[in-house]
Amino acid sequence: MKWIERQRAFMDYTLSSLWRRKLRNLALLMVYTLVIFLLSSVIFFTDALRKEAAAVLEAGPEMIVQRTVGGRHSLIPVAYAERIERIRGASSVRPRLWGYYYHQASRTNYTILVPETFSGPDDTVQTGGGVLRTWGALWDGRMYFRTHDGNSLFLLPTSAMSDGADLVTADLILMSEPTFRKISGVPEGHATDLVVRVRNERERPTVAEKIVRELPDTRPILREEIARTYAAIFDWRAGYVVVLLGSAVLAFFIFAWDKATGLSAEEKTEIGILKGIGWDTSDVLMMKFWEGAVVSVSAFALGAITGYVHVYFASASLFEHALKGWSILYPKFTLRPQVSAYQLAVLFFLTVVPYTLLTVVPTWKVAVTDPDAVMRR
Amino acid sequence: MIRLASITKTFNAGQPNEFQALKGIDLEVALDAVSVFAGPSGSGKTTLLSLLGCMSRPTSGRIWLEGREITSLPERFAVRIRRETFGFIFQNYNLVKGITVLENTMLPAYPTGVSHRSVRDRALSLLEGLGIASKAGQHVENLSGGEQQRVAIARALINDPAIIIADEPTAHLDSSLARRLLEIFGGFRREGKTILIACHDPLIIESPVVDRVVFMRDGRIVPHDH
Amino acid sequence: MIINPAIIALVGGSLLITAFALYALATALRILRHWDIRSGSEGQLALERKTYLISTIFAYLLGFELFSLFLFVFTAEHMHGLFVGAMCAAGSLGVNDYGYPTLILKTVTFMFCGVWVIVNHTDNRCSDYPLIRPKYRLLILLTVLMGLGTFLQTGYFAGLRADVITSCCGTLFSGDTESIAAGIAGLPAGATRIAFYLTVILTLRVGIHVLVTGRGAGAFGLLAGMTTVVSLIALISFIAPYYYELPTHHCPFCLLQEDYNYIGYPLYLSLFTAGVTGAGTGVLGLLKGPPSLEAVIPSLQRRLCLFSMAGFAIFTLMATWPMVFGDFVLGS
Repeated sequence: MKWIERQRAFMDYTLSSLWRRKLRNLALLMVYTLVIFLLSSVIFFTDALRKEAAAVLEAGPEMIVQRTVGGRHSLIPVAYAERIERIRGASSVRPRLWGYYYHQASRTNYTILVPETFSGPDDTVQTGGGVLRTWGALWDGRMYFRTHDGNSLFLLPTSAMSDGADLVTADLILMSEPTFRKISGVPEGHATDLVVRVRNERERPTVAEKIVRELPDTRPILREEIARTYAAIFDWRAGYVVVLLGSAVLAFFIFAWDKATGLSAEEKTEIGILKGIGWDTSDVLMMKFWEGAVVSVSAFALGAITGYVHVYFASASLFEHALKGWSILYPKFTLRPQVSAYQLAVLFFLTVVPYTLLTVVPTWKVAVTDPDAVMRR
Repeated sequence: MIRLASITKTFNAGQPNEFQALKGIDLEVALDAVSVFAGPSGSGKTTLLSLLGCMSRPTSGRIWLEGREITSLPERFAVRIRRETFGFIFQNYNLVKGITVLENTMLPAYPTGVSHRSVRDRALSLLEGLGIASKAGQHVENLSGGEQQRVAIARALINDPAIIIADEPTAHLDSSLARRLLEIFGGFRREGKTILIACHDPLIIESPVVDRVVFMRDGRIVPHDH
Repeated sequence: MIINPAIIALVGGSLLITAFALYALATALRILRHWDIRSGSEGQLALERKTYLISTIFAYLLGFELFSLFLFVFTAEHMHGLFVGAMCAAGSLGVNDYGYPTLILKTVTFMFCGVWVIVNHTDNRCSDYPLIRPKYRLLILLTVLMGLGTFLQTGYFAGLRADVITSCCGTLFSGDTESIAAGIAGLPAGATRIAFYLTVILTLRVGIHVLVTGRGAGAFGLLAGMTTVVSLIALISFIAPYYYELPTHHCPFCLLQEDYNYIGYPLYLSLFTAGVTGAGTGVLGLLKGPPSLEAVIPSLQRRLCLFSMAGFAIFTLMATWPMVFGDFVLGS
């Protein structure tokens, strides 16, 4: 009980002391918050992208087979599918048609794709969340497309896809196979790539090996490999940006150190008085601990919340290009809000821990003021 | 009783500006009495007060407070004795600016862990007794010198110490305020408190409230002022 | 080398912690050489002031060590996707030779740090600081541990290569490979269970003895240390499978995941608390000193002992809960 009363009293004093020097403390709080905001944005954003990518892959095929010509991805003959189907372990093979479409009017790249089953008629398309928003003017309710041989094609957008990960569907336009071939110019008998289904997870590498042996000009890609690569890239990007932000963080720590070292004469006098009237060094340290805790917790909460809003409601507009790393012509998309204890723990360890340690020594220096100094003044 | 045996205090030892503030003090100070340490500035009386009040440790020599040796106590323990036994009234009052009279009065009780409510009640009754209860909610910088001193006195009494230490208490007071202060001290004396004062104000030295005067000069105790 | 924010935080944090421990060490050496409580010299006063700084630094370091222990495991968990075959933290830690030693050293450092804080607290309650020399000698060891931990951890992260083939927790703790971990998982659950309950009961019994008579603290400390180790073994051997409801899943890290309601946190926190306070009880029991020390030790020791017993009791209750109230039964 006594312990609680003591802490309460120190807390009381700390709050009133912080309030008395609100301008000074506000400056510190703002810089602190800014640093946490920047770091939390990076962490939230890359994690969200990582999760979106994982969600996309989860639904995606276990194995894709591409054909390479001259070391570059090329169209694959649909006939390859039958040869792969004969390989033991490959349960089904399906040709896939997809590509990019550059729309001059909006100067934006869209992904066009033929889904496994397209229900509408040939002159309709289904669009993702961001497509109609960015597309621009419609002609009589229809979207204007320019086919690969220069002709015009008007397609009716029927429904917008809303489910699934926004990241992928945002720029997606679904269409029927004949329409796709007209627009993209992919000839009959060819596909963009093949999707191979392998039931048994452990057999996938073996099947992949057999495919390469059977069809030497192909390149099978496993889903796990993509997932791993994505995860590595997002992690690496986040780490890299944190390193880049390192100078800002370091500047903040120097600023905090300086603040803690260069206490105003008034504040030093005040601590001298407290020592003189019977506060112990550890009491002053305790009071300063609460001060640091209040500042850190406020900055942490403010910074993390603004970072959260920035990433999930403002699409991380400050540095999406640095982290997203796809085409800058990409339409806007929003991420599904999510925050984990792990992200917060990392953020805490990156900011509050160094801040606390760095302010210990300057704080102690003031706290050990001689009690009798107050009599010698 | 407080007993001092061959106390010395050296500042900046081993440096060019080394300065010996006290040079071998042997003294017994009675409790339940008003004692004054008189002497010109630089005579070591303030240093002696800070040693008596467990604020600092002597460079050599020993001090016993009611039979207990306090010289070798580290700060952590000395401070506890100081909080429980001594109340301090400083020359410049040393109130914390920007907070109220009431908060200033309560400050020494914060580390004791006594409940906020009872400290507050005690502070208010002390301020009442000193006639400044009406100023409890004001910031200290808005008070007059005499009022500030009474806040300092209330603060010194908040932990109910047995010994009150006052450093040059009349330095900033006119004669009538100084006499009022002596009356207050007289009241403490009747309550059985010990009062140790450092000053060279004849008004105090010659006051009937004072039981004993110790004259000091150049860090030593001298028989008389003259 | 893999870089992500967590790794930067962990490596940077460890470097900072070690730097502060080294700074404390420098002070400790000065204290060991020059300490003289009888003196009122300015040098001695300065040293006494330094002890406040060291106390504060290590109080923070204790918290940060615990925090970094969990963050380390969490980071290993987070990275498992980068390594072929790693299904959780267990796999990530096995990627190179530094992973598990780092984890063990971090745990040991945390325990030591806890004991140091307890000894320091005790010493600070005696006006003649009777433990000043032993505690600053212990600080040297602690600093070495922290430095070593930083070295191992940096080695671990520096040695990481994504896509390295590694064993996952399915194989690491599956009981058919020749490793210590698998050895633990392969222990007969029945015998481990008996050993676990026996040590816990014995510890609690000795604890009661300490509480009542104030004697036997050393034995309690020893038992508490043993029970902590046995509990960790029991956790892998049979407690974890009960929570996973899978006889082959022995992983001690997946318990920290959301899928299992973060049950790992209370489990580990109660066990660590019990271990540290138990070891503290024992260490205080072994200390001999002047009357001032004898005066403060008994009450402190009782409180620590009580904490330790409570920790073990809570851990045991949580470990027993799924066995009694769950549907899953670990086959013979």
